[in-house]
Amino acid sequence: MASFLLPKLGADMTEGRLVEWLKKPGERIERGDVIAVIETDKANVEVESWLAGTMEKILIEPGDKWMPVGTPLAAIRTDGPEPVAPPAFAQPAPSAPVPAAPPARMASAGPALPADRLRASPAARRRAEALGVDLASVQATGPDGRITLDDVERAASTKPAARPAADRRDRMREAIATAMSRAKREIPHYYLSTVIDFAPALEWIEARNRDRPVTERLLPGVLLLKAVALALREVPQLNGFWIDGRVVKSDAVNVGVAVSLRGGGLVAPALRDTDRKPLDELMRQFQDLVTRARAGSLRSSEMTDATVTVTSLGERGVEAVFGIIYPPQLALVGFGKVVERPWVVGREVVPRSVITATLSADHRATDGHRGALFLDAVDGLLRAPEKL
Amino acid sequence: MTSDDIRGKVVEILGQVVPELDPRELRADAALRDQLDIDSMDFLNFAIGLHKAFGVEIPEADYRQLGTLDGCVAYLAARIKAA
Repeated sequence: MASFLLPKLGADMTEGRLVEWLKKPGERIERGDVIAVIETDKANVEVESWLAGTMEKILIEPGDKWMPVGTPLAAIRTDGPEPVAPPAFAQPAPSAPVPAAPPARMASAGPALPADRLRASPAARRRAEALGVDLASVQATGPDGRITLDDVERAASTKPAARPAADRRDRMREAIATAMSRAKREIPHYYLSTVIDFAPALEWIEARNRDRPVTERLLPGVLLLKAVALALREVPQLNGFWIDGRVVKSDAVNVGVAVSLRGGGLVAPALRDTDRKPLDELMRQFQDLVTRARAGSLRSSEMTDATVTVTSLGERGVEAVFGIIYPPQLALVGFGKVVERPWVVGREVVPRSVITATLSADHRATDGHRGALFLDAVDGLLRAPEKL
Repeated sequence: MTSDDIRGKVVEILGQVVPELDPRELRADAALRDQLDIDSMDFLNFAIGLHKAFGVEIPEADYRQLGTLDGCVAYLAARIKAA
């Protein structure tokens, strides 16, 4: 038997509200099935199951109550032996090397001692992550001040009740403030920028769109996403996570797309396997993702699977974006406005459409040299858009 | 289809892209992008909505004619007439 816990769907999520069950007791559950809809500060999220089994018992009914991450919501009778690891649904599938949930220490208000320096057993760490408990807030009773599994359980049971639901916009602002403050405090960012000749990409896309119906056109943004994804294949050190004091690289390249929401706030859902998808398919998924993000309807895997984030503020006139990394990711890539600049082509200076690409990266994981190689790769890819 | 019919339909499609749109506050001669804070994805969805509602093709090169509500009405009226 496994507990279905209120999952952590991003570094800035601390609580959620159960909107709807999509499985009834006795109903079969396959891996990847959507079993519930959870309201977070940012969206109504369709939560997928990482386990196969049968819905045994519903512990919490849908309602107005906001609950902390890690609250048991239902019991699931799993196929085969009981899972050894805590059944945190925000954890990755065994076959996927991508940690879907950020570490608990990124999620709560600042302890004096970083969580990765606290002594805790691996089981206690996993349980703390599953329950959304900040290890730094746990009273240790184990040998040498070690935090035990029981300590984590006790801390979870004494966590303060969720505060009354406030306006979603205010809660989103608060969640972003917590996550970004912590990111800025804990991640030693370094920043690089480069100006890229964007004319080949614009010319290619204009020619490609010319004879196509409006329903089949590409936006320049999709070229940027694909170029970033392919460049990450060349420089994989920037693709993944910083967890428990070390780099966890990801084989999958899932680009998180920063989407600004109407009325304020933002969300950065993932486009899975961005590097492997043809542009047409990527465009369709990009369009669908942005539409659903703005409508407040996303899937849990989209909220947790991003291995890097791309943001673009060029449409509002900004020439360069130096963003804050979304923990526990290792990097954030920014693009600015396409502008006309004097540019040397051969031996002539000509007006040219250029775009500024920036990289914010975690200096614990990479050095500037690696970051420079990445931006150079993006540059090279955008000069040959037909190969994207 | 009269100009008023076209205008009403255009505003309806804009409302699908920008749910918080208040038609009473929409200035017909001012840039839609600036009034409604729409980006290229919103604009593409708007163009797709117009294409489906009016049954006309909208080349990318014509996008700039759709920059205002008045521009949309004039453009669509001409396209419908020419069809």
